[in-house]
Amino acid sequence: MSLDDRNDAEFHQRLIGEVLAAYPEKARKRRQKHLGTVTPADGCGGTPGCAVKSNIKSVPGVMTVRGCAYAGSKGVVWGPIKDMVHISHGPVGCGHYSWSQRRNYFTGTAGVDAFVTMQFTSDFQEKDIVFGGDKKLERVIDEIGTLFPLANGISIQSECPVGLIGDDIEAVSKKKAKETGKTVVPVRCEGFRGVSQSLGHHIANDAIRDWVLDKGDRASDAGPLDVNIIGDYNIGGDAWASRILLEEIGLRVIGNWSGDATLAEVERAPKARLNLIHCYRSMNYICRHMEEKHGVPWMEYNFFGPSQIAASLRAIAAKFGPEVEASAERVILNYQPLADAVIARYRPRLEGKRVMPYVGGLRPRHVVDAYGDLGMLIAGTGYEFGHNDDYQRTGAHVPEGTLIYDDATGYELEKFIERLRPDLVGSGIKEKYSTQKMGVPFRQMHSWDYSGPYHGYDGFAIFARDMDMAVNNPVWGMFRAPWKKPAA
Amino acid sequence: MSALRQIAFYGKGGIGKSTTSQNTLAALVDLGQRILIVGCDPKADSTRLILNAKLQDTVLSLAAEAGSVEDLELQDVLKVGYKGIKCAESGGPEPGVGCAGRGVITAINFLEENGAYEDVDYVSYDVLGDVVCGGFAMPIRENKAQEIYIVMSGEMMALFAANNIAKGILKYATSGSVRLGGLICNERQTDREYDLAVALAERINTKLIHFVPRSNTVQHAELRKQTVIQYAPDSAQAGEYRELARKIHANSGKGTIPTPITMDALEDMMLEFGIMKTAEQELAELQAREASAA
Repeated sequence: MSLDDRNDAEFHQRLIGEVLAAYPEKARKRRQKHLGTVTPADGCGGTPGCAVKSNIKSVPGVMTVRGCAYAGSKGVVWGPIKDMVHISHGPVGCGHYSWSQRRNYFTGTAGVDAFVTMQFTSDFQEKDIVFGGDKKLERVIDEIGTLFPLANGISIQSECPVGLIGDDIEAVSKKKAKETGKTVVPVRCEGFRGVSQSLGHHIANDAIRDWVLDKGDRASDAGPLDVNIIGDYNIGGDAWASRILLEEIGLRVIGNWSGDATLAEVERAPKARLNLIHCYRSMNYICRHMEEKHGVPWMEYNFFGPSQIAASLRAIAAKFGPEVEASAERVILNYQPLADAVIARYRPRLEGKRVMPYVGGLRPRHVVDAYGDLGMLIAGTGYEFGHNDDYQRTGAHVPEGTLIYDDATGYELEKFIERLRPDLVGSGIKEKYSTQKMGVPFRQMHSWDYSGPYHGYDGFAIFARDMDMAVNNPVWGMFRAPWKKPAA
Repeated sequence: MSALRQIAFYGKGGIGKSTTSQNTLAALVDLGQRILIVGCDPKADSTRLILNAKLQDTVLSLAAEAGSVEDLELQDVLKVGYKGIKCAESGGPEPGVGCAGRGVITAINFLEENGAYEDVDYVSYDVLGDVVCGGFAMPIRENKAQEIYIVMSGEMMALFAANNIAKGILKYATSGSVRLGGLICNERQTDREYDLAVALAERINTKLIHFVPRSNTVQHAELRKQTVIQYAPDSAQAGEYRELARKIHANSGKGTIPTPITMDALEDMMLEFGIMKTAEQELAELQAREASAA
């Protein structure tokens, strides 16, 4: 997609006005700051702006699709670390409903040396609330030690009640770590903290800093080409499709956070030469820490779609000198026929189709150019829990006039889809069926709709196929009931 | 049987709520009333003088032992003390862990659901000094205590606490049936104590229901784990508690919606009574003292 494309800013502004008109005044005032259109670059080298307000408490009474701090810590950051047991500490519901929700793939034997598909909870009862749950937590940790001796560590993911009654899970962690000699990490990610899952990511990052990185210096032979992939959760195998490219250009990936990760990968991460951040929103915190404390620089990259992959590989290679740069060029050249073949096959079927992504904290800008590679246009985009710096990074990827929605409410999203009638909406499971019922094709862009990977060249082929499958599905031609004649 | 009366005693910690309530209830039983005491304090000392022993089997400790509160039977937790007064204690965690407030809610729900409130004329709640969270407000919420008696004294902090409790009652008075029954002043022999108590009662739209004079008999009785009514039934102090019991009994339905005052108004009241001095007064006194010393 070329940035010479334009979206109809005037129409989008009118649409925002229409949507806001439904709200009472107070809600309107608050919500209007979260909606906008991309404005042109200011002419002095700046990037196009989409300065909407973000990372603010959702308006009470509306339907928000945001999650909670516990979801951000347990579901996103900690959950994928496969050789640790993650205890959902509190009543059973949070653990049960967050069980295997993110499709973060792993290798290993479940229940022996990998625990990703399993769910552990301390299952609080009334007496644990009244008398405190620390004793039960100790028992749970003991039982885990007996049942799963090969687990390399334990994280304690706090649910709301733990914070309300003030249990001292830090003391339990210290005691049990001393007894077992293994890593035990208390994470204060009570769901009521913060405005979305975003704070949960931050809290989880801080827990890694305080309870893993600062706990000891794990000796490992550091190499000159060692890098970490940070913020790739291996959804549908994404991290594997990414890692292969980095290795082919000659780098050694010593850690992948946190999809398919082991605790050892987390521990030795500070030995790397460079941290490569994919999901900036959920893991920039720990990268900044490693930069300050361990002197590991970091950079962002994007492995969605061939144009961004090539640009990212070149930028990464540039940090390692001519040899790696040369092999990066070779790798790009090698994969170009694959990328061309995919584009040749799918671009004619997708050219000019308009997409509305609405995802978490990274993909609303990262997938834009992958769609562009297929000739698709972005009509609108927005983040569930993005911050200012995410929106700052977005303007450069989307055309002027693009509709921007932050923490869109159920009503807003539905209205926008209804009025824009895009050819594809990319969001989550909660939005999927209501969108399809409106006759609009949909792909889940959190879980890849039981597909994937979407990262890397291999992922791009799958991505293109899936988008085509959704947009050009013959079912949309049968949307009108046969007994209803089209209006003449 | 007349309608069940549910009353509660609140007040600053250490003011003598448990002592006053147990003595009063012991006197009330002599008026032919059948009584249930519900102690809402993790320390579980609200029924000690009635049972002549500290109750060990609290609702929550037994529930923790049995697994959950659903595993308990009413007779496990209901004990009978002086002249048939039934006693139950919520109990709760040791200080610094868990959630005592949730414990109070659990315990009261259990007692109510299992029929502890049947065949009694009075249910009396004795609540820990500071209403620190929603759990300790349980007895003043809807369908629980209808009359609150605030135990206080002429001490500044006791007056503050009384005013704060009135605020709590006001909060629930609009949504439920809770009313302020009156103030009970436990004499501490501070300056103009009686006048101050009467004045505060007037300001917050209630009355001083009784002024309980200070007496060592209370201490003697308490050391023997008894009420004054049991230990020294003919003493003057026993008479005071009987009088208080009679007044509370006659006070049915006469509770009021309190009108708590601001902290500033409360401080002004202290100044008015000459208990607190303004900065100018203090300065003047200091100068006078220095002048006489010179």
